Amino acid sequence: MITSRPGGTPGARRLRDALAGSAVPLLFALLCVFGILVAHIGPGFLLRELLARLARNAVLVTSLLIPILAGLGLNFGIVLGAMAGQIAAILVTYWHIGGIAGFALACAIAAPLAVLFGIGTGALFNRSKGREMVTGLIAAFFANGLYQLLLLFAVGSLIPWHDKSMLLPQGFGLRNTVDLWGIQYALDDLIKVSVPVEGSAVRIPLVTIVFIALVCAFNLFFQRTRLGQELRAMGQDPHVAATAGIRVDRNRMIATVLSTLFAAWGQLFFLQNLGTLNTYSSHTDTGTFSVAALMVSGATVSRATVAQALVGTLLFHTLFVVSPLAGKALAGNAQIGEYFRVFVAYAVIAVALVLHAWQTGRKRR
Amino acid sequence: MADAATVPDPERAPRGRALRDAVREIGLPRILIAFFLLVLFGVGFATHMDLAGLATDSLLRIARNGILVLALLPAVQGGVGLNFGLPLGIICGLVGCVITLDLGLGGWLGLALSTLAGVVLAVPAGIGYGWLLNRTRGQEMMVGTYVGFAAVSGMSIFWVVAPFHNPQLVWAIAGQGLRTTLTVTGVWDRQLDSLGAFTVGGVGIPTGSLAMFALACALVGIFFRTRAGLTITAARSNPRFARAAGISDERTRIQATTLSTVLAAVGIVVYCQSFGFVQLYTAPLYMAFPAVACLLIGGGAVDRATLTHVIVGTVLFQSILTVALPVTSQVVRGDFSETARLIIQNGMILYALTRRSER
Repeated sequence: MITSRPGGTPGARRLRDALAGSAVPLLFALLCVFGILVAHIGPGFLLRELLARLARNAVLVTSLLIPILAGLGLNFGIVLGAMAGQIAAILVTYWHIGGIAGFALACAIAAPLAVLFGIGTGALFNRSKGREMVTGLIAAFFANGLYQLLLLFAVGSLIPWHDKSMLLPQGFGLRNTVDLWGIQYALDDLIKVSVPVEGSAVRIPLVTIVFIALVCAFNLFFQRTRLGQELRAMGQDPHVAATAGIRVDRNRMIATVLSTLFAAWGQLFFLQNLGTLNTYSSHTDTGTFSVAALMVSGATVSRATVAQALVGTLLFHTLFVVSPLAGKALAGNAQIGEYFRVFVAYAVIAVALVLHAWQTGRKRR
Repeated sequence: MADAATVPDPERAPRGRALRDAVREIGLPRILIAFFLLVLFGVGFATHMDLAGLATDSLLRIARNGILVLALLPAVQGGVGLNFGLPLGIICGLVGCVITLDLGLGGWLGLALSTLAGVVLAVPAGIGYGWLLNRTRGQEMMVGTYVGFAAVSGMSIFWVVAPFHNPQLVWAIAGQGLRTTLTVTGVWDRQLDSLGAFTVGGVGIPTGSLAMFALACALVGIFFRTRAGLTITAARSNPRFARAAGISDERTRIQATTLSTVLAAVGIVVYCQSFGFVQLYTAPLYMAFPAVACLLIGGGAVDRATLTHVIVGTVLFQSILTVALPVTSQVVRGDFSETARLIIQNGMILYALTRRSER
C-alpha cells in the first residue's frame, strides 16, 4: 500500500514548517494584494500612507515585545503608556513649546509618568498571575475612567488652567480635540526628505525611521543582556526560573515598566505625525490595534520578534488603508470595508489567543 | 494560621473581631458601594430631588438588566469563569428581534417569537462557544472577550448586507442596511414592563419585567438543584472526582456555557422591550462588562457566584448608575455618571481579578 504522508523527508518537513509558520502573514499579504488590485490603488498613495503609518505605529507595536519575552503575554496595559504620552503632549502644547524641543520635553515628561503607570500595572500583573492579559485589558478601561476624571473634570476646576481656548465652553475640562500644532512633524521633518513618485512628492520621515531603528536595535540588544536572558528563562518556565534564583516578580515588574515606557514614547511618535489629539479617544484603540498588528505577522502570545513587529505593522496597516477602498469598489459601500478591518483586528487577536491556549493546554496534558 | 481564626478565644473576646468578620462576610466593596448609593440618595434628598422618580428609574433598570447579569451565573457555576463572551448570546437575541420586526409582528406574539428565535440561535452558538472554551482552558476570559468582540464586529457587516427590506428598519436613502438603532415603539415597546404595572407612593413598578427576572432567577435556581444542574456544579468543584463518577466536565462546561448564552439572548430581548430600541452594530461590544461588574459587586467571584449575588449586585449597581447622573449633576456640572461608571465597573472587575484565591 502506498501511503503518501506529507513531510516525509526532513527537507520537505522544514519547508512545510516554514510555510505553516508564515501562513498568517502570507494570507494577509494575499488579502492586501487582492484589495489593492480591486480598488486600483496607485503606488504613490500606498507608499505615502504606509510610510506615515509605519512611522506612527512601529514603536507602539515593538513595545509589546518585552512582556511577551517575559511570559506575560500580550500587554493590553500599553494603553496606560499611551495615556502618559498624551498627558505630556497636552502639557507641552499648553506651555507653547513647539518643535523638536517640545517633542523632546514631551518625551521627558512622559517617561516618569509611564514608569509610575508601569509600576502600577506590574503590581496588578503580579497579583493576577495566569490572567495578566485580561487584567491588562480591564486595567486600561479602569485607567480610562481616571484619565477622564483628570482631564474632563479636574482640569480647569481643581487644576488651574489659563489657556481657556483649550477648555470646553463650560469652563473646565479639556476639549475633545487638542491641536498639537507645536509638535506636529517635529521629528518627521527634522531633516526634510521627499521622493517624487508618480509626479507627487512623498515625504519620508527620515529621523523617525532612524529612531524606530534605534528602538528595534535596543530590543535586539536587550534580549542579549543578562536581564533579557532572565526574562526569556521566565517566559519558558517561571518555576524553573525561580528555583534558579531569578527574581521573577521584580523582573516581571521591570518588563511591564519598559513596555509602558516605550508605549508612551510610541504614542508621542503617533501623535507628532497625526498632529491632532482626540483627548478622550486617541488611546482607546492603541492596545487592540497594536496587538492585532503584531499577531498579523504570525507572532504568537509567547513568541514574537522585532522583524515580526515591523512586518506586522506594515501588513496590518496596508489592510487598514486598503479595506475601505476595496469595500467601496466591491460592494459600493466603504462602510463594509471599515467594519471588515475592525472585524479582522478583533478576529486576529481571538485566533491568536485560541491557538495559544490550545497549544499550552495540549502541552500540559 | 487557620487555627487562630477558627478557635474562639474566650479570654479576650475582641469586640473588633465581630465587626471585622461581619465586614468580611458582606465584603468591603459591597459595603463601600452601598454606602456610596446611600450618599447619593442622601444628596438627592437634601437637594429636594424627585426621589420617587429616581426609585422608579432604578427599578426599571434593574428589571431591564437583571437577566443579562443572571446569564453569567451558569458560566461561573460551570467553572468557565466570568463569561465576557456574553455578546455572543446578545447578538442571537438581537437577530431574533430584527427578524420579527422585519416581519412586522407586534405585541406578545412578536416578543415571544423574538425570544424563541434568539434562543434557537443561541443554542448552537453556545455549544460551539463551549467547545472552544474547552480547548482554551485557563484563558477562557480572554478568549471569551475577543470572541465576543470579533462576533460583534463581524455582525456589523451582516447588519449592512442582511436581506431585510422593511422600510422601518433600513436606511431610507440607501434602501439597504439596517439602521444603527431600531425603534420598537408601537411594536412591543414596554410590553413586559407595563404588564400589571402599578404605582405605589409615586414609585412606578414595572411588574412584568420584574416578574420575568424573578421567574428566570427561579428557573435557574431550580435547574441547579436538579440532577443536571448538580452535575454541572459537581464537575466544577472537583473535575477528577466527577470523572470517576462518570461525569465528563467537558460536557458540563458546554452545558453551562450554552445556558449562559441562551440566557443572554433572552436577556437582551427583555432589555430591548424596556429600553424601547434595538441597538445594532457596535452597541453590544461592551455589554458584558457592566453585567460582570454587577455580579462582582453583588459578592460573586471568578469561581463562585449565587443567585443572591446576582440580585444584590444588579440592584446596587443599576441603582447607582441611575441615580448618579441626576444627583451628581446637582453638585458637579457635566456628565459625571459615565466616568463614575467606568471607574466603579472596571475597578470592581480589577479587584476580583487580582484578589488572591482564598483557598
